[in-house]
Amino acid sequence: MQDWESQKKPFAAVATAPVFWLALFFIAPMTIVWLYSFGQNAGPADIDISGTLDNYKRATEWLYLSIFLKSLAVAALTTLICLIVGFPVAMAITFAAPKWRPWLLLGIMLPFWTNLLIRTYALMALMGTNGYMNKGLGGLWEGASWLRTLVGMQPLEAWTPVQLLYNNFAVVFGLVYVHLPFMVLPLYSALDRLDKSLIEASLDLGAGHFKTFMQVVVPLAAPGIVAGVMITLIPALGAYLTPDLMGGTDSQMIANVIERQFKRANDWPFGAALSFLLIYAMFILIALQSMRSNKVKEAR
Amino acid sequence: MTETKEPIIQIRNVSKRFGKVTAVDNISLDIRAGEFFVLLGPSGCGKTTLLRMIAGFELPTEGQILIDGQDMSLVPPNKRPVNMVFQSYAVFPHMNVTENVGYGLRISGVSKGEIRDRVAEALELVKLGGFEDRMPDQMSGGQRQRVALARSLVMRPKVLLLDEPLSALDAKLRAQMQFELADLQDKVGITFVTVTHDQDEALSMASRVAVINKGEVAQLAPPSDLYEYPANRFVADFVGSVNIFEGTLTLDEPDKAAVDCPGLGKVYLNHGVTGPHGANVWIALRPEKIYLHVPGEGKAVRAAAQDAPDGHNLARGTIKGMSYLGDITLYDIQLEGGQIIRVSRPNLSRHDQEDFTWDDKVSMHWRADSPVVLLS
Repeated sequence: MQDWESQKKPFAAVATAPVFWLALFFIAPMTIVWLYSFGQNAGPADIDISGTLDNYKRATEWLYLSIFLKSLAVAALTTLICLIVGFPVAMAITFAAPKWRPWLLLGIMLPFWTNLLIRTYALMALMGTNGYMNKGLGGLWEGASWLRTLVGMQPLEAWTPVQLLYNNFAVVFGLVYVHLPFMVLPLYSALDRLDKSLIEASLDLGAGHFKTFMQVVVPLAAPGIVAGVMITLIPALGAYLTPDLMGGTDSQMIANVIERQFKRANDWPFGAALSFLLIYAMFILIALQSMRSNKVKEAR
Repeated sequence: MTETKEPIIQIRNVSKRFGKVTAVDNISLDIRAGEFFVLLGPSGCGKTTLLRMIAGFELPTEGQILIDGQDMSLVPPNKRPVNMVFQSYAVFPHMNVTENVGYGLRISGVSKGEIRDRVAEALELVKLGGFEDRMPDQMSGGQRQRVALARSLVMRPKVLLLDEPLSALDAKLRAQMQFELADLQDKVGITFVTVTHDQDEALSMASRVAVINKGEVAQLAPPSDLYEYPANRFVADFVGSVNIFEGTLTLDEPDKAAVDCPGLGKVYLNHGVTGPHGANVWIALRPEKIYLHVPGEGKAVRAAAQDAPDGHNLARGTIKGMSYLGDITLYDIQLEGGQIIRVSRPNLSRHDQEDFTWDDKVSMHWRADSPVVLLS
């Protein structure tokens, strides 16, 4: 491969536009928000950047810290469920007949073709008290009741719809629904690269399927697991729409608090400080991950 | 060799179909305990499928496989008394050599001390002492293959299956490993079943070879029989290089036979072939069994062809191609009938290759026990 240092002109020609774009639309706004986090409101629309740390002090108060920790817990739970659900899905695609694989992958990616907002509303329609999930459960309930009468037992009480929406369950469910593809795709790419004869070799040497999975598949899919966890956990941590629409009053996440500062509370400096705390947290996660992968490389 | 006549593997009427494709077509064969058995055939002939059915990775569509007298139909790969060395070696990349070789023993719950001893013993056997802590990506292909071998041998299987064990090695290493594998098999006394498409490999290592063609056994014989007494045109052509001429059987008695080949001439054999008189047959003649006559010493050589009646086992032609290979020289000679015959000639002296050149008219003969008559 050619070194960019020896090919400065073509490199500059290719790199200038994206660098300019990033500087203008990413670095500049981020810098402005970062500066706001050290300021205070001087009027309804004026912010005085005074270099104060008050916003950060306020952000670490328990009221906000607890929401922050809860967001982390919700995101972690979401990631865990995605991993548990996504691994078998990724395995199934890997071991499917080659002619089916593109279609199965398409099935995983198809939700991306629809706007997140529409998908979320669709999910809410399913999960509402009059939604299909409740209707399905109600149907099963009535069926069970009817079976009881058949064997001469008292019928069950009338079905009362379960409250599926507007609680923490709904938030986790919605987040899993949205983030599952982010988990499946890196897992699939790791499993796809895995030499299938390694699995056969393990079986051949006397290991059962579970031992083979734990001793061979999981360790070799580790890079995919780490990648999947990172790209699920980070967006889930900053999730805004799902908790806003599907959560109840007690299930707001940190992104909802940040949104409120920028809109209803009109406290941009405080919102900026909260945003940057979230960004720092993500930096730490990424740093931990890259330290871990460096360690693995050194061990080799 | 600790060869007994007892079959350790019995393959009975086994067929394997993948959709409409028949990979293995009604194969029956016995593999004896302690032998070095080779399944030889071109790629796609079904030999690997057969090996994988013995290992348990594929199930026969029809028929059954018995290992040590036990039906394996319902026995999964991890419960079979066989181990496999994979074509890609399948050495676990996240484990070092010791962990790789000890994997099977660890899984089956062997004590730590015994694992240590047996792993050391197996590594010694494949000459990998001192490599205990290496990771697979720090090893060469040949070394990884030794790890795979040790990992299987340490399990003390009744049968060791090897899928194209030498195909990924370079020519020098391959020749060396051929000897080592044969030597190893002799030492451990385990039955080896090897799949290969390389006839040299099969001939040099095997005690018996099954030549597989289109899912069927074309011939099952020891290597020298395969070469000297091929059963049909496929085997004659696949094992070694050969000249094949179509002809008609004109004489067939217990101690002599003759075939009239339009392309080659009259061929005389000093043994009978038990084919129907007048039948359409094929003559197979190996290049090294044909003698070229050097101008000037023609009479002396012709005297050697006196085991055939006049006008038999002789041919004339023009040299159209030569390739000097050092130890031998190959000549492609156009016969008077237009067909090309290949002749190989050992370079017994340093100047032998200078005896002939392109477009030389040459005559040649072969002995009456050299041609093989093939009925199919």
